[in-house]
Amino acid sequence: MMYAAAAIAILITLGLALTRALLGPTVYDRIAAVNMFGTKTVLLIAVLAFMSGRADLLDIAIVYALINFIGVVAVLKLVEHGNFFTDGKSADEVNKK
Amino acid sequence: MIDSIIDITLMTFLVITALAIIRLHSLLAVVMLFGIFSLLSAGVFVVLDAVDVAFTEAAVGAGISTVLMLTTLALTYKHKEEKTEKTPIHAGLLPLIVVLITGSLLIYGTSDIPAFGDPKAPSQTHVGPYYLEKSMPETGVPNVVTAVLASYRGFDTLGEVTVIFTAGVAVMLLIGRRRKTKPENSESGDDNHDA
Repeated sequence: MMYAAAAIAILITLGLALTRALLGPTVYDRIAAVNMFGTKTVLLIAVLAFMSGRADLLDIAIVYALINFIGVVAVLKLVEHGNFFTDGKSADEVNKK
Repeated sequence: MIDSIIDITLMTFLVITALAIIRLHSLLAVVMLFGIFSLLSAGVFVVLDAVDVAFTEAAVGAGISTVLMLTTLALTYKHKEEKTEKTPIHAGLLPLIVVLITGSLLIYGTSDIPAFGDPKAPSQTHVGPYYLEKSMPETGVPNVVTAVLASYRGFDTLGEVTVIFTAGVAVMLLIGRRRKTKPENSESGDDNHDA
């Protein structure tokens, strides 16, 4: 029962994050929403693992957390620099002729 | 009870995300929604107890393909110049008719398919019972999907992994290299100073 309540609360949070990702006026709103979505997916899988007694799902949850981190870092780097191949400089600085 | 609530909610979120992906114009936002879509479908796979499929979906869909699509965006698209899309030259009526005809044909085709969860369906009676009974004593893997994927058709999975690895290496060789910075010896501003 407790797990069910937790799962429903996480689903509501997922809905709120999805709303922010859909509406989000700036790109940072969407990044925060995607990050939040990933975190809540991890939590949802963990709750599912305890609810159904399958402890092996916890490993999956950890992998999700890692993947989510990589994705958010990639998005942030793209938004900040506009590319993936410069070290800390924007593409305009590097490609200036 | 709670399982079906989770199922229905996740499916609803999937539909909402798919509709938003179709409607949105900002490609960066679309890529991020693709990430959300992958996480959602991975969650659906976990609920369906297909843990390996969920694993692959999360790694490929949310992780790698997000980064790949973002890289493509970075190389092809500048968000300073927001180009408006061209309006299509054809009318919308013809595609709508084609889609309606195809869809009704597909729906007509489903009338021969056995009902969902029908115990007499060929997929339930052909080889399924064998794996359900024998997978645990033969392979020792508790999850049947994992047993089929990694043991019964392990050679095929090895081939798939090799293909994905080769593709990853090729992509890294093509776009993963750092660009050489050109020495700034000429005056800035003009692009065509060789004319």
